[in-house]
Amino acid sequence: MLRRLTILSAGLAVTASLGSPASAYMVYVSNEKDNTVTVVDSTTMEVVRTIDVGQRPRGITISHDGKFIYLCASDDDTIEIIDTATYEIVGSLPSGPDPELFVLSPDGRTLYVANEDDNLVTVIDLESKSVAMEVPVGVEPEGMGISPDGKSLVNTSETTNMAHFIDTESHEITDNVLVDARPRFAEFKPDNSEVWVSAEIGGTVSVIDNASRKVKHKINFEIPGLRSESIQPVGVRITADGKKAYVALGPANRVAVVNAETYEVEKYVLVGQRVWQLAFTPDQKTIISTNGVSNDITFIDVATDEAVQSVTVGALPWGVVVSPN
Amino acid sequence: MTLQSATAPVSAGAAMERGFGTRQYLVCLRGILVREGLRFLNQRERFISSLVRPLLWLFVFAAGFRQVLGVSIIPPYKTYVLYEVYITPGLCGMILLFSGMQSSLSMVYDREMGNMRTLLVSPFPRWFLLVSKLLAGVTVSILQVYAFLAIAWFWGVKPPWTGYLMVLPALFLSGMMLCSLGMLLSSMIKQLENFAGIMNFVIFPMYFASPALYPLWRIQESSPLLYKICLANPFTYAVELIRFALYGQVDWGSLMLVVAFTILFLGGAILAYDPSTGLLGRKQDTGGNA
Repeated sequence: MLRRLTILSAGLAVTASLGSPASAYMVYVSNEKDNTVTVVDSTTMEVVRTIDVGQRPRGITISHDGKFIYLCASDDDTIEIIDTATYEIVGSLPSGPDPELFVLSPDGRTLYVANEDDNLVTVIDLESKSVAMEVPVGVEPEGMGISPDGKSLVNTSETTNMAHFIDTESHEITDNVLVDARPRFAEFKPDNSEVWVSAEIGGTVSVIDNASRKVKHKINFEIPGLRSESIQPVGVRITADGKKAYVALGPANRVAVVNAETYEVEKYVLVGQRVWQLAFTPDQKTIISTNGVSNDITFIDVATDEAVQSVTVGALPWGVVVSPN
Repeated sequence: MTLQSATAPVSAGAAMERGFGTRQYLVCLRGILVREGLRFLNQRERFISSLVRPLLWLFVFAAGFRQVLGVSIIPPYKTYVLYEVYITPGLCGMILLFSGMQSSLSMVYDREMGNMRTLLVSPFPRWFLLVSKLLAGVTVSILQVYAFLAIAWFWGVKPPWTGYLMVLPALFLSGMMLCSLGMLLSSMIKQLENFAGIMNFVIFPMYFASPALYPLWRIQESSPLLYKICLANPFTYAVELIRFALYGQVDWGSLMLVVAFTILFLGGAILAYDPSTGLLGRKQDTGGNA
């Protein structure tokens, strides 16, 4: 009896340790409507702080050392730099008009910004805080993805319905790939083999072969009880091992879990209303979604693909980024 | 055969006078439990129908109403839940409610058929026999709830594993409350036919005027009067107790109210079935003449 109890308690201890919370990361959420960034502790899942920022904050990312947040203040036509130690705005970058989304190069030196109103991709040198180059692209550029080796940049243009492949050395467009209507987001697979582009109106995710630059597969989404018009893919994230992808489905209020090898949709996770962007914690145990209409973010456990908790943030949360340490 | 003769006066102290020990009490309890268990096992259709009812609600009703009722976060949930996840604790309560009433229905049937004589002429105290009967009924209904939860798991309703353990005492307490209520009601019913009326007047109002199908805040939004009725409904607290327990939490307010209602209904049932004070004693034609 005693032995059984010992085994049972040992088992419980192991289970408890498996269920222990991940390391604390800070989650930064841009709130489009109330011009703030909400800081949430990833362990306690509680709001730690709210930072006042410029008008209409949307795209948000963080330097690789975790010291600075870069934030698109779209209506202020600038990119703000926030110090993560003091939560103060310590500078700005010349982004060009109406910056919406951007991507940081793997070496952390360059920021590539999509200027929605100007049909441009602005290349910003972070060291000199100046514009290094402007690349003309299609109408209403939005999605920005960069290859893991930093050599290729993909920009999606919402009205032209194209993914533009840009060589980061020559800053020339090398390929244009037609995808479905209103492409919103581009994400490279970690092994550099594919680019996934979501199409908001088309309701699909196009998988583009990075070698041939051709669409090799289109992922469709079907949710019982929902009209296809309300399924609008936006944010896409792929796990570091390249096996699983998460797609935010906008007004479908769900995040699709896709097998990144077979392209089968394995599950739809219910989150808040109008789910927009996604971000992994650095340990990849959790993925966080921003839910614009319900003004909250949802933590999803990557191991089980279950929604764990939703936390109320500011008005109309748009983008999300997690501190690297 | 009238119940008057079937329930020949046996004083509560008779058993003690005859010197029954704990072992004899346990033999009696076991007898009642085994009888109830056998009756349940031998009536497969009863088991199936007891599962089909909540499963229909889960598979059909929940699917249809998923979009209508929308989503919201209310305790004990920490994030958005699908409608089928929301109504599962209510359906557990529904199983207990129907099962509790069915168990009581069997007492009316027993009384009509004269089988109750076998039980009530036993020299054990009446309260002990009634509690044993209750325990047997509750045990059977808890088995039904766990069978339902197992099927619901495959339907995507997956509470934390601690919830499956913590819900057991909540189910037991809620089951005791509902079975006691059924027993109290059964003491007031003369014939089996009358029971159908009570089912309609008790079960359905209790079920619908509760948070089993819709959150109380939503009821409050649409009708403040209905909200007050819900608050006066003991089943409301059983459902909330089960809901919180299924997610590893204790809703202390509901717990206290369920315990209080159980004591009230059980006390009432014991009094009602007591041949010296109860309602049965005053009824002249309570059984055997249906």
